[in-house]
Amino acid sequence: MQTSNLIIALLVMSALAYFFGYQRSRGFARQLGGVSNLHSLPTYYGMRVALWCGLPSVLLLFVCLAFEETIISKMLLSGIPDEIRPTSIAEYNLLMNKIENLASGALSSEGVKPALLDAAAALGYLRDMSQRLLTGLAMLVAGGGGFWGWWRMSAQLRARQQVEKIFKGFLLLCASLAIFTTLGILLSVIFESVRFFQQVPISEFLFGLEWSPQTAIRPDQVGGSGSFGAVPLFLGTMLISFIAMTVAVPAGLMSAIYLAEYAGSKVRSFVKPALEILAGVPTVVYGYFAALTVAPLIRDTGTSMGLSVTSESALAAGLVMGIMIIPFISSLADDVINAVPQTMRDGSLALGATHSETIKQVIIPAALPGIVGGVLLAVSRAIGETMIVVMAAGLAANLTVNPLDTVTTVTVQIVTLLVGDQEFDSAKTLSAFALGLMLFLVTLGLNYIALRVVKKYREQYE
Amino acid sequence: MSALTMNLTATASEENSFDSAPEQTVVEDTVGFPLVDDPKIRARNASVFYGDKQAIFNIDLDIGKHEVIAMIGPSGCGKSTFLRTINRMNDTVDGCRVSGEFLLEEDNIYGSKMDVVELRARVGMVFQKPNPFPKSIFDNVAYGPKIHGLAGSRVELDEIVENSLKRAGLWAEVKDRLQQPGTGLSGGQQQRLCIARAISISPEVILMDEPCSALDPIATARIEELIAELAENYTIVIVTHSMQQAARVSHRTAYFHLGKLVEVNETEKVFTTPEHKLTEAYITGRFG
Ligand SMILES: Nc1ncnc2c1ncn2[C@@H]1O[C@H](COP(=O)(O)OP(=O)(O)O)[C@@H](O)[C@H]1O
Ligand SMILES: [Mg+2]
Repeated sequence: MQTSNLIIALLVMSALAYFFGYQRSRGFARQLGGVSNLHSLPTYYGMRVALWCGLPSVLLLFVCLAFEETIISKMLLSGIPDEIRPTSIAEYNLLMNKIENLASGALSSEGVKPALLDAAAALGYLRDMSQRLLTGLAMLVAGGGGFWGWWRMSAQLRARQQVEKIFKGFLLLCASLAIFTTLGILLSVIFESVRFFQQVPISEFLFGLEWSPQTAIRPDQVGGSGSFGAVPLFLGTMLISFIAMTVAVPAGLMSAIYLAEYAGSKVRSFVKPALEILAGVPTVVYGYFAALTVAPLIRDTGTSMGLSVTSESALAAGLVMGIMIIPFISSLADDVINAVPQTMRDGSLALGATHSETIKQVIIPAALPGIVGGVLLAVSRAIGETMIVVMAAGLAANLTVNPLDTVTTVTVQIVTLLVGDQEFDSAKTLSAFALGLMLFLVTLGLNYIALRVVKKYREQYE
Repeated sequence: MSALTMNLTATASEENSFDSAPEQTVVEDTVGFPLVDDPKIRARNASVFYGDKQAIFNIDLDIGKHEVIAMIGPSGCGKSTFLRTINRMNDTVDGCRVSGEFLLEEDNIYGSKMDVVELRARVGMVFQKPNPFPKSIFDNVAYGPKIHGLAGSRVELDEIVENSLKRAGLWAEVKDRLQQPGTGLSGGQQQRLCIARAISISPEVILMDEPCSALDPIATARIEELIAELAENYTIVIVTHSMQQAARVSHRTAYFHLGKLVEVNETEKVFTTPEHKLTEAYITGRFG
């Protein structure tokens, strides 16, 4: 049976198991004179039997599927004569591909070594076998499990608690999914970065002042030897983030203060959703706004003032990124300002302070940790932002803090390094992972600090 | 189940017993002595509305100089609302409207010449829950004087802070830790800090809205002592849920019921021989 059909079959069996479990508990209830004499409601008994039937068999299915390919390949490999036995991973993959294609008929068998033809035939056979084996096994486990669950039922059985436990485990599994994914990403990035640092010394990467990742693809090619100093990229990232924050922090904070302290409920009910919509605009839209509207504007203005401005300036990207981040900051700051207890305002007002004195001297200081936390979160967003800088900041890795110059950022370089055909073990490509790792660490650190700060702030008023 | 039903009937019949004594369950005029000679605060025909809902109905009340007056009554009867009309804290509530005449000595509290900032400097307030600012103990007390420019120099400011803390009975406990956060004090100390904060700008009147309801009995006793001391220099209006407290600290007691001022009398009289049926019902614990 095909795997998908098998899963459907298991589901049907579980449904049947539910029905039988339900019926049996009903039977118990009749004997005892009512459902209230059972430990749990009949649905729980049904669910418990269904879980006994479905859970072990599905688990078994997934475990077997995970190992099926490896076992089959091992078995195939043992039948391959020594002279064509693969010596490297690349050769091994090639060989397996070939056998696969022969087996599926995508490759004609003419002029192919008989050993390979044998292997292809074996492959089909093994697949077939394993499929049958698996079907039988899963059905057996499902039937057995279901029967076991049904057999062990009694009126005193704590079915409700058991189902509850399994449900909790299932929720935990879902919750850990995201964590494991992050861990997986981190591990893969670390792994590739280590490969990069085998080719390029870590000190050059961290402290080198020049970034030009062009390496010779063939040994005889005349070309750059490649230099991987990440300082210009990080400087560029910081420059643009800094410009963005100088726009976003004051504007976001002011609008939050206005919304939280001055705006009437009518204005608030209109402005707040509007700001949230702004936060939902795709960054690519901001990107072309930056590249096609803001950048030329800045260039023309600058030129008319006698400044030399490149058409892809850090200023343009930073300004637009700042606008993008305003709603982020204002909504976070709005929340923390609103979280400052009303009694704090009353205390200040009752002392004869004006509204703005109260805001400046009591509310902002009280909300400051939360605001700082929000700003740090915003910084890590600015650092990780990609689309706007790809479109508006440029590619030249200049070591400069002049906002009118072209700079490039870490994210832009990662994109350009990985777009298009790449050789996956060249230093050039691998450097993207090293950059990614650095970016990950920086934003992780920022987020960690930010969350700590915000948490500490929350505790203050509890 | 049956106990609950019984309870319900019991309450219902109690309400009926009120209806059967009609002469004094409908509040016509305040009984007792609501008016005094040469008052500090004079309220006439005072009404307060939250939107369309009236919370205070035509109250006439005088508060004497250096008097401690207690306001009691069931929850939601408008004690806080009336208290907050005196320093115009109701201004900060959306949709709240006040009518009637309010005088602080000769000055019209709601008059166009009255500056809220100046009014609140003359009428201080202590709230139900201690609300120190998240600043140091020193800065909490220095906040008011700084805003009103009461101190010409750092030395003067130090003096004001020290005096206020002393008068609030907190100086001995905090003089070595003035730079530590005020939020780190115990509840009772925080409330005394708030009192020090209120008297730091030398107000004439101090309004206290259930100042002890979040405190333990020892801290409460400490605050009550303090109120007695403060009465020498200030006029104090205190809202309280504790009748013992009202009896201990106040000269006169005002009993509020559903937004109306039912009875104002010497505190002792209110608690021994109340004039009004509703007052009697309240102090004997028939409802609350
Ligand atoms: N901000 C407000 N908005 C609307 N109604 C209010 C507000 N504050 C108080 N009220 C209403 O006014 C009445 C008196 O309230 P309050 O003065 O707080 O009573 P007390 O302090 O005696 O318990 C209550 O019915 C209450 O529901
Ligand atoms: Mg109240």
